[in-house]
Amino acid sequence: MSPVLRLSGITKRFGPLLANDAISFEVARGEVIALLGENGAGKTTLMNILFGHYVADEGTVETFGKALPPGDPHAALQAGIGMVHQHFTLADNMTVLENIALGTQGLASWRLDRASARERIEKMSFEFGLAVHPEAVVGTLSVGERQRVEILKALYRDAKILILDEPTAVLTPAETDALFATLKLLVKQGLSIIFISHKLNEVIAVSDRVLVLRAGKLSGERVTAGTTRSELAALMVGQEVEPPAVPEVEPGELQLVLNAVSTVRQGTGMALDNITLSLRGGEITGLAGVSGNGQATLAALIAGTEKPASGEIIVQSVKVQEWSPRAALAAGIGRIPEDRHAVGTIGDMSVTENVILERYRTPRFSNRGFLDWQAARKFAEEIISDYDVKCPSPEARIRLLSGGNMQKLILGRALDSAPSVILANQPTRGLDVGAVGYVHRRLLDARARGAAILLISEDLEEILALADRVIVMSKGRLSAASPRGARTIAQLGELMAGHGMEAA
Amino acid sequence: MDAFDILLTASFWVAAIRIASPLIFATMGELICERAGVLNLGIEGIMTVGAFAGWFTVYAGGDLWMGVVVAALAGATFGLLHATLTVPLGLSQHVVGIGITLLATSLTYFTYRLLLPEVTSPPKIEPFQPLPIPGLSGIPIVGEALFTQTPLTYLAFVAVALTAWVLYRTPLGLAVRAAGENPSAVEAQGISVTGIRMGAVMVGSAMMAIGGAFLTMSAFNSFFFEMVNGRGWICIALVVFGSWRPGKALIGAILFAAFDAYQVRLQQITGGVVPYQIFLMMPYALSILALILVARRATYPKALMIPYQKGER
Amino acid sequence: MRLEPKPAPSILVTLLYPVAAVVLTLAITSLLVLAAGASPLSVFYLVWKGAAGSQFALMETLTRATPLILTGLAVAVAFRAKLWNIGAEAQLYIGGVVTVVLGTGALPLPSFLLIPVIMVAAMAAGALLLLGPAILKTRFGVDEVVTTLLLNFIVLLFVSMLLEGVLKDPMGLGWPQSSRVVAEAQLPRIIQGRRLHYGFVIAIASAVIIWIIMKKTALGYEMRAVGHNPQASSFAGIPVNRVLMKTALLSGGIAALAGFCEVAGLKGNLTLDLSPGYGYTGIVVAMLAMLNPIGVVASAIFVAGIFVGADAMSRSAGVPSYIADVMVATALLTMVVAILFTRYRLRWK
Repeated sequence: MSPVLRLSGITKRFGPLLANDAISFEVARGEVIALLGENGAGKTTLMNILFGHYVADEGTVETFGKALPPGDPHAALQAGIGMVHQHFTLADNMTVLENIALGTQGLASWRLDRASARERIEKMSFEFGLAVHPEAVVGTLSVGERQRVEILKALYRDAKILILDEPTAVLTPAETDALFATLKLLVKQGLSIIFISHKLNEVIAVSDRVLVLRAGKLSGERVTAGTTRSELAALMVGQEVEPPAVPEVEPGELQLVLNAVSTVRQGTGMALDNITLSLRGGEITGLAGVSGNGQATLAALIAGTEKPASGEIIVQSVKVQEWSPRAALAAGIGRIPEDRHAVGTIGDMSVTENVILERYRTPRFSNRGFLDWQAARKFAEEIISDYDVKCPSPEARIRLLSGGNMQKLILGRALDSAPSVILANQPTRGLDVGAVGYVHRRLLDARARGAAILLISEDLEEILALADRVIVMSKGRLSAASPRGARTIAQLGELMAGHGMEAA
Repeated sequence: MDAFDILLTASFWVAAIRIASPLIFATMGELICERAGVLNLGIEGIMTVGAFAGWFTVYAGGDLWMGVVVAALAGATFGLLHATLTVPLGLSQHVVGIGITLLATSLTYFTYRLLLPEVTSPPKIEPFQPLPIPGLSGIPIVGEALFTQTPLTYLAFVAVALTAWVLYRTPLGLAVRAAGENPSAVEAQGISVTGIRMGAVMVGSAMMAIGGAFLTMSAFNSFFFEMVNGRGWICIALVVFGSWRPGKALIGAILFAAFDAYQVRLQQITGGVVPYQIFLMMPYALSILALILVARRATYPKALMIPYQKGER
Repeated sequence: MRLEPKPAPSILVTLLYPVAAVVLTLAITSLLVLAAGASPLSVFYLVWKGAAGSQFALMETLTRATPLILTGLAVAVAFRAKLWNIGAEAQLYIGGVVTVVLGTGALPLPSFLLIPVIMVAAMAAGALLLLGPAILKTRFGVDEVVTTLLLNFIVLLFVSMLLEGVLKDPMGLGWPQSSRVVAEAQLPRIIQGRRLHYGFVIAIASAVIIWIIMKKTALGYEMRAVGHNPQASSFAGIPVNRVLMKTALLSGGIAALAGFCEVAGLKGNLTLDLSPGYGYTGIVVAMLAMLNPIGVVASAIFVAGIFVGADAMSRSAGVPSYIADVMVATALLTMVVAILFTRYRLRWK
């Protein structure tokens, strides 16, 4: 039988970066392919080429034996390719029905046929166990519901090949199971599925065949039934993954305490609900949880951009009166923000201008309102060499740096003053393996010198590898802390889903 | 006649609807642009172009409706320029908008002087005449106000209905609204965001130009410099005031026009005790006040003023 | 088609982009000149001659450039922080109002005291005028573009009211104009017999001061940071709203200084045609200079030259002088495109 999808020799460059290097593979009808790879291995780029968001520099895509015109999402949809993006592509101001029907009826038509669309959506949502209300406004839906809408969007268009890009990143373990059940139903109907992930467990649970991407190249192809976790892991990172060595460090003094802190809910964010958290020197506290459960708010609180509505913040046994980013910095909190492009750096300013961002007002860099650019440049050069940042010069716009180098710079800026508390929010997201290892080593160094570290991550394996104690966040509340290795992944999953928080 | 009696006269409401008409066209035009995610600050200049193009077409011997079409095309042309700079090139919508206003206005004045080098007082045309609608125009006050207007005013109301229908009842409207909220939703469904946005800006600009043409072809009968006089900026405030909804924006435009008509009459009553400039300031002050009142609870189209690049999420 | 960031080109190449924009502008406006039945080359030559062909012409150009430097600086400062001040026109008029209120005999001070007092008062008035929209922006989220634009109309009507009321010149034969400022409040001429006055020196000094503020001080750094990325600035501890307020005060103050210079240096009294749109033209001046304060001086002289030259050209060649406004507006649009291509390149796939 001919394959439903064939990619031959796909190559894509972004400037000097080779994102995809001559990638070829085929997908058969009713098959679940897992595309496994580290962040930055080129998975998303490949899928964006398949879907027509990008045009490949070389190579061709065929669906059902016919060549797919490049760079045309419309053609990809016509050919039966459906894509569930990692960041949902839904308009919050419109209803589920409107989002699904968007683009399925002729743009020249004078009337949107709601009745038939509604009927079809209801039928499909029943058939595949994707419960959603067609007239609900998308802005009011939960993350899990939104994902169902995304899948329905693809099915509504009779997708034959469904691509899911990191679909479980935003789901609780229970929602993940429901998703896998739906995928099984779809495969029975003859759909083919490409499942993009960097989580080994899921890949083994759901796929028939695994393709492993590493640094833009296809590094291996295995039948799932005939492979093992460790083999896949080795293919993924190129060598046996060695967990970072975590030496024993005696926990020190209390550095930061949040005592019964609550915040006011703002917009779509999750408010903190009576949170108590203590961070000790020489200790990494890992905060696990499904994204959107209040981690962003907690991070904002510690960073100083969010103010407590009630409760107290105590830094080194002094109760904080005024709370702001400047107060947080003055209190010795080093901050690594979640989004290094939007929050961590100012893309159109130079490396020098970026490194002094948090302390241009200190005597080291300014005098009576005038800045000392020589001192600033020297500081930038120090960070560049101490933190191994690759950049053309301190005058280069930071936008031109790679993600890993940008993160090293942020790391240098946050850690250089030897802060007593470090807030590391998703510090390795989207980085390549080398940069991930580097960030981990730096955090462990800080721990060794006695800093108290809060590591917020959606990657459970990262938390299990680094954290001395683990806390789970769900619906704006915290579980009790458990020491390294005390809870199993399943137990943590239960907590992440919000079960047993009260008992904990 | 005291200040309250004015509100009960038919002539007051007739004037209010007449004053509202150009605002309605231009407000709908701006609303369409912003719903697709593009702030069009070219509005003031595009209205000027429309006012001139429509009037000149008739002056040069064209039919009145031909004038409307020419005005719309001229507006769409400047819309295309605006859209090219702000959509695929993603340039600042603030700067480009102001630039379009400056360019459109100066080009209009240049053309006017070029075509009519010698005139001292602007030549007049035979404008649209009131067209009472049989039966309906006989209703006291309401009927007179709404149904003894010129055809262009009727067209303004049709434009509101059409805008509302297209935005909420057609597949195209879905795409426009989604483009202003989350363009990647449009892209993911195989529709070109660039195409939708550019189209919306061109259509919106055409409507702004018709709003300008109303001034020279229905409200007055000739073109003079600075006749748009900030109406475009007021329309931008009206879009915010109307929460980006055609019906609410229409109500806003009529309320605003009623106030404008009212202050003119109040000026006559007060008979020079209060400087007339105070009354003339009121429409602008009122616009600012309206913005302050709604700003806190306004739900902007989320992607307004944010350029979109293909494949970027 | 997509835009890709590219490394910053060298200073020399960076300067080539504005040149390219000007060339493109000349090419486009040539078409209009042709439409007017004249030869572009001779028209541009006449413009050049009218702007810089004699000492008199050059002095006129510099005189016209004076208010444009100041409104251009006002816009450049505000736009750096992405505070969209389109209200320099209103701020200019308020500066003029303060000048005639204090300068027509109300304060019996010698010149060396009176002029600084009026300057400071005018700047304070302009600063406060822009503070309103800035507060509305930071507190209520009201777009300052619309509020500053609408304020232009309100302030012009306000000035008209004053000129027909309390500020009306009793000797003015009924014209809506103010009395003339006293001799002590006037800025002297730089060269006897020419109109160029010390307002030009004030404008140049302002440009240098603004350049120092933007390049060397923490405030300038804060303004740039807030303009580029308010979210990251706020995260790093920069008080974004306070910076925007300071920006508004600075920008409004400089624009008002333009009104002071025009009244005290050139016109002598306040009328409703004090400014033929200097506030709006200031936007073009600032963009042509890529918001660089020193560049503003050059671009203001360039733009002033176009206006002065076009006036002269129009008298002899019969091309409407509005060609100058078209050129300036076209230059704004070609310039923003040029700036884009100093930082990004187009890729077609």
